[in-house]
Amino acid sequence: MFDFDYTFHWITVWNVFPEMLSAALITIEVAVLSMFFGLIIAIFLSLGKDSDNELAKTPSVIWIELARNTPALFQIYMMYFGLGAFGIHLSPHVAVLTALTFNNAGYLAETLRGGFASIPPTQMSASRSLGMSKVQTYWYIILPQVLRKVYHPMTNQMIWAILMTSLGTLVGMLELTGKTDQLQSLSFRTFEFYLVTAAMYFVIAKSVLLGSKLLAFKLFRGDA
Amino acid sequence: MNNKQIKYLIYALIFIYLAYETVTTIKNSTLTYYDLEFLLEGLLRTIYISVVSIVIGTFFGIIFGYLKSNANFFSEILLSGFLDILRSVPLIIQFILFYSFMGILEIDISIFWVGAIVLSAYTSAFVTEVVRAGIDSVPETTRRASRSLGLSYWQDYRYIVFPLGIRTVFPSWISIVLSVIKDSALVSVIGYLELLKTTEELISKTQEALLLLLGVGFFYFIISYPISLYAAHLERKLKV
Repeated sequence: MFDFDYTFHWITVWNVFPEMLSAALITIEVAVLSMFFGLIIAIFLSLGKDSDNELAKTPSVIWIELARNTPALFQIYMMYFGLGAFGIHLSPHVAVLTALTFNNAGYLAETLRGGFASIPPTQMSASRSLGMSKVQTYWYIILPQVLRKVYHPMTNQMIWAILMTSLGTLVGMLELTGKTDQLQSLSFRTFEFYLVTAAMYFVIAKSVLLGSKLLAFKLFRGDA
Repeated sequence: MNNKQIKYLIYALIFIYLAYETVTTIKNSTLTYYDLEFLLEGLLRTIYISVVSIVIGTFFGIIFGYLKSNANFFSEILLSGFLDILRSVPLIIQFILFYSFMGILEIDISIFWVGAIVLSAYTSAFVTEVVRAGIDSVPETTRRASRSLGLSYWQDYRYIVFPLGIRTVFPSWISIVLSVIKDSALVSVIGYLELLKTTEELISKTQEALLLLLGVGFFYFIISYPISLYAAHLERKLKV
């Protein structure tokens, strides 16, 4: 049926495999940093969206809805091409990091809000009447429970962040996908190169999942 | 000034800025009416490929979800493995891989269908989970009761599992629809001229990056935001 006369050349990929591994490190670095900054911003956004002060609420709502209702690729283009209009020229690396942070913050804020909402407000009254301060209540009573609730959604978001870094290639960032694109353009062994890259993403995503499961076992003694 | 007024003030300021930006840039730019037409064509292609992928993906997702909820050990591993790969590899790499694979096999296939097939497979991976969760959400006792009342196997699915399951998972399905619309932007990587790709072309032609990007963001937002509002509304309404 098919006239299949294609010979796979895996050795071409193997020769530059170390370069791909170091590119994978950049991918992980950007993903971790965007999660870290995203989480910090997300805490403020989630508090802002639930507050009564419109000066805090409106910007938080706008941020969250924009992050969740536009494609991540659009957000990256916005940071890379769009900011040029204001005279801000970011390198692809910084542009992708900023866009992913923006995106992660929006999604994580909603996750955190769900977590905070699931804690009954009576717990606050109870611990206050037991003589704990507001900060103590948040730190010792509410946060540990919220962390447990949002732990798995956060793991998912982390995997999303890793997969989203692949969009960086479209603005010329040399993370795993970008590097693969650069390397394959020398030999045009597109299929072999991208198959290896796909396998690498799969391994990274599964390692994150496994790591988070092990950590959960340690943190929550297995009942999360 | 009270709270409500502050809110409207912020929105008004943003609106005025956007209007100002639009008017001043359009005046000084080389953008023409045909560029707008080009952009709208891109928007239609985005909607077209999303709808096709959602329909095909949901169809297969329902089949896979049904298979998965009744899976034996072997088909469980095979199916889960396949769907897991679809979800753990970046979509853009899936597009490139499938496209170059078609090249290797020398199959003549349009870019649209390369995009639609990959996007459908990706959608079905998510729909499968949702469908399985929906089927599992119906208590075993309810289903045994329906069978002992004389309903056949398929009647049990049609009249008991479907109406009960869809209540729990319909909001999740809507959020899959949303993410497919947004992910369809990635088809641009193999050269399909959807909304974002047309914008990119226009940017390199006219150099009006900010205006065009704001416009395209606005398009995505007006498609996506009403659906997400509807999903939130449903979630509140269907909460048992």
